[in-house]
Amino acid sequence: MDKVKIGTCWLDGCSGCHMSLLDIDEAIIAVLRKADIVFGPLVDAQEWPEGVDVAIVEGAVSSQDDVKLVQTARARSRYLIALGDCAVTGNVPSMRNGIPVRKLLERIYVEGADESAGVPTDGVPALLRQAEPLRQTVKVDLHVPGCPPRPNAILMVLSELLEGREPDLGSKVRFG
Amino acid sequence: MTEKVKVRIDGEVIAATAGQTILEVARANKKYIPALCYMEGLSSVGACRLCVVEVTGVGKLVPACTTPVQEGQSVVTESPQIVGYRKIALELLFAERNHVCAVCVSSGHCELQSLAQEHGVTHVRYPYSCPRLPVDTTHPRYVLDHNRCILCSRCVRTCAEIEGAHVWDIAGRGITSHLVSELQRPWGEATSCTSCGKCVQACPTGAMAEKGWAVEEMTKHRTVVSRLTSMREEGS
Repeated sequence: MDKVKIGTCWLDGCSGCHMSLLDIDEAIIAVLRKADIVFGPLVDAQEWPEGVDVAIVEGAVSSQDDVKLVQTARARSRYLIALGDCAVTGNVPSMRNGIPVRKLLERIYVEGADESAGVPTDGVPALLRQAEPLRQTVKVDLHVPGCPPRPNAILMVLSELLEGREPDLGSKVRFG
Repeated sequence: MTEKVKVRIDGEVIAATAGQTILEVARANKKYIPALCYMEGLSSVGACRLCVVEVTGVGKLVPACTTPVQEGQSVVTESPQIVGYRKIALELLFAERNHVCAVCVSSGHCELQSLAQEHGVTHVRYPYSCPRLPVDTTHPRYVLDHNRCILCSRCVRTCAEIEGAHVWDIAGRGITSHLVSELQRPWGEATSCTSCGKCVQACPTGAMAEKGWAVEEMTKHRTVVSRLTSMREEGS
């Protein structure tokens, strides 16, 4: 049997959810017997490949690059997981949502800086008006809240999916 | 003389006293109905809609905390429909303000957070309104974060009914409703505030907290109100 293909990516988040994924410790060996991680921050692939089975997305949708990446991940994956509070609720990145983007950037890069070259525009993606949960951009198959989600919740989700079952999180996870 | 009534809750016949609410009777008989704005020892306002139940013959869900028991009434405290509406109520509370549990002093000790978990709310189906709201840090010992307030008014009732100071009120209407201290004065300048802190203990979320705590550190003594009420009843 072919191995299940897992892709992961990280939008507007802190990487804590990926750390929590690594925190399943030696259980990752059992996961990798049945699955390959074909895209992600620790994988060389430059582009989200076609035919991914499970996409695991951390972080809120906050910039034009985030939109592109999550839409590609969605289009090329059968099942998409919003991992962690930023992907599920917007969380900390969304705390900027009440502030107009121009004001926000000027506050940080001009008013907040001793020597200011102005708001950077080269090589950085334009910010969206608000940092939003994934479900406002793409269809999400499973929400796994938590900041970060506990490793045992992540392991349970992966194990169930690898057994071909829909994970039932019930009351095992919470916001925060 | 108090009139006795018989009601049926989830099929079980229960003797109650006329004037008691469905929630009081249910809880006195170890039947669980979730609630956020209800607090034992305070008047009931029916604000949060978490305690909705079905009453046979009534064509809509009713809040258990403000509906009095009636002779022959038959109440259902849990069904797929009821749980569905409770989830909607919880999700709307999250969507209305900026709760951001991850950076809240009350995370892990919050009634809104734990009720969401209990009801399997893993995400909010409605767009977040992301309002810009102030944080009042003017009181020397306590802080009020409007971002985390669910307008349950437990603080308002605790201050008015238990402390007798009535510092708090809800101002505005609809989505602009907000908590105010002493006719819009900053909390620290409210001359009627006795700094007793019972509002803080009654608050179900991290909207009111003691200063000086970091994320997850603010635990509350939620029995303060009911304990005071019952001691006063004994004393009277």
